[in-house]
Amino acid sequence: MTEEHVKFGKSKVFFDTFERRPGPIKKNMHYCPGCGHGILHKLIAEAIEDQGIQDRTVIIAPVGCAVFSYYYYNCGGISVPHGRAPAVGTGLARALPDDFVISYQGDGDLAAIGLNEFLQAANRGESMSVFFVNNSTYGMTGGQMAPTTLPGQKTVTSPCGRQIENDGYPIKVCEMVNTLAAPVYIERVALTSTAKIMQARKAIRKAVANLKERKGFSLVEILSPCPVNLKMNAKTINAFIDEQMSRYFPLGCFRDEPESKVKHYAIRPVHDPESVKKVLFPPKLNIGVASDFKNQSKIFENERRIKIAGFGGQGILSLGIMLATMGKLRNFNVTWLPSYGPEQRGGSANCSVILSRNLIGSPVIDDNCNLLIAMTQVALDKFMHELKPNGVLVYDSSTMRVPTHIADSHPVFGIKALDIALGLGSLKCANSVIMGALSAILIDRYLEGADKMDFDRAFEEAIIDCFNKKPEVIKLNICAFYEGKKAVRF
Amino acid sequence: MKRYRVKIEPEECKGCGRCVLACPRGILEQGTHLNEMGYAYVCVTKEGCIGCGSCFYQCPEPGAVTVYEITETED
Ligand SMILES: Cc1ncc(C[n+]2csc(CCOP(=O)(O)OP(=O)(O)O)c2C)c(N)n1
Ligand code: SF4
Ligand code: SF4
Ligand code: SF4
Ligand SMILES: [Mg+2]
Repeated sequence: MTEEHVKFGKSKVFFDTFERRPGPIKKNMHYCPGCGHGILHKLIAEAIEDQGIQDRTVIIAPVGCAVFSYYYYNCGGISVPHGRAPAVGTGLARALPDDFVISYQGDGDLAAIGLNEFLQAANRGESMSVFFVNNSTYGMTGGQMAPTTLPGQKTVTSPCGRQIENDGYPIKVCEMVNTLAAPVYIERVALTSTAKIMQARKAIRKAVANLKERKGFSLVEILSPCPVNLKMNAKTINAFIDEQMSRYFPLGCFRDEPESKVKHYAIRPVHDPESVKKVLFPPKLNIGVASDFKNQSKIFENERRIKIAGFGGQGILSLGIMLATMGKLRNFNVTWLPSYGPEQRGGSANCSVILSRNLIGSPVIDDNCNLLIAMTQVALDKFMHELKPNGVLVYDSSTMRVPTHIADSHPVFGIKALDIALGLGSLKCANSVIMGALSAILIDRYLEGADKMDFDRAFEEAIIDCFNKKPEVIKLNICAFYEGKKAVRF
Repeated sequence: MKRYRVKIEPEECKGCGRCVLACPRGILEQGTHLNEMGYAYVCVTKEGCIGCGSCFYQCPEPGAVTVYEITETED
């Protein structure tokens, strides 16, 4: 009898089928045949799997061929604008210090548009590992000259070959980073012969292990084949990397700090969080709740996702701030994410507010919304699909009509917010009218026990907090709030 | 003596030829048939895989190459 077991096979850190990849091909990556990105993806996946950190690893990939790497990795993934991965990684590593941050960047990305962010993060010794794919070109956009293109190398933007006099010298990233004090590990490897790929595997495993051990900043530069743009085959691209690239960019370990010199990374706030809170958010109310107050309402057991949309000038963004403030005053974790056009007034505006008792993964709402507040017809049409089945719709009935099929499938409340605000003398307080309506709806339909008593106060506190130091405005908005409460028809 | 078997998934191979170049036993060959993606996928043409894993690590596709170890069990 014989038994077979897999000695080398697909890592569990990859999805079995790549459902996120558009189109019919779900088992393959989108990379060209022979692309180094695929080889490297496998090495990284294997290292993550062996370190057992799949569930807390976040791979950040900026624009470049690898921007879609989240199609493949079954772990955290963020696509970010060109060059910004180390900046986003810094925020992530500091906000969620239990996560393991990998920044996966191309040479066009890291050594050109993103050089500053990258160097600053390296210089601060952020807790992250950077995998720097040097394929000597801008792959995704069709093979333009990169900061790493070799002297004399032909690309679509250097058809006569890179000229040092005109284009400067290729940037040696490892050598540059090796002048900084903070990084703990720097190595350059190449994806050519199997022996060199095994050396790359070792370096990548080390950089991933460094993450787990919280050693600080690691950099692995990977000389990588882009056979399509360099118009070569598997054999000639390997020769190009081994004979030409490696001569300019020598392989090897530039730094591997011994254990005694590593300052294990831990978030050490320079200021104590309580005193920062006092300076930035001084208490504006004497009647605030105890700091350990937790709203017990059942409706807040799960994350609540609120989308508010209309046009600029309707107080859309400040309505969001008021709701978020209310959450903040009741010790929820909150996010507020505005989105508006270039115009100050009149353009479309919307914001997403999330209230949660747990960590909020992303402030973006594009589905599963619990509450949609629509102040224009356009906003309703645009965002209705984001509302969950049974999600609540609140709209401004002074200007809009809601199709009956929506009312059949969702709790819908129309409030004449603009009319009421006009009656009170200022269109600007339409948002507080909506707040009042919300309070009435919540209290009547969704809250129980002591929460019912607490809620109006929470809203009032939020209004006072937001219009701090303007007693006239506070008064108007509190009036609007109670008019809004009265205006709800159940 | 351990024995090994290599398997190339015809529908996942892009025919880049990296594994063919790297196999120390020369048992892989670029085929002539095209798969659904339009690539001439690689075929295993001989016995004698030594389980070195070279083809696996050279291959850019996550699932195109699998190398199995075959063990003899009693009875
Ligand atoms: C701000 C910005 N500028 C320019 C572009 C166009 N762009 C897309 S990918 C790319 C180059 C990527 O090259 P590299 O980082 O080397 O990645 P590769 O594709 O070679 O792996 C550029 C310039 C963009 N998307 N965003
Ligand atoms: S263009 Fe180059 S880097 Fe991009 S997928 Fe193709 S081979 Fe890879
Ligand atoms: S495991 Fe080694 S010997 Fe076997 S097919 Fe792959 S490269 Fe050839
Ligand atoms: S390396 Fe992978 S994709 Fe390339 S020919 Fe071999 S099996 Fe096919
Ligand atoms: Mg590149």
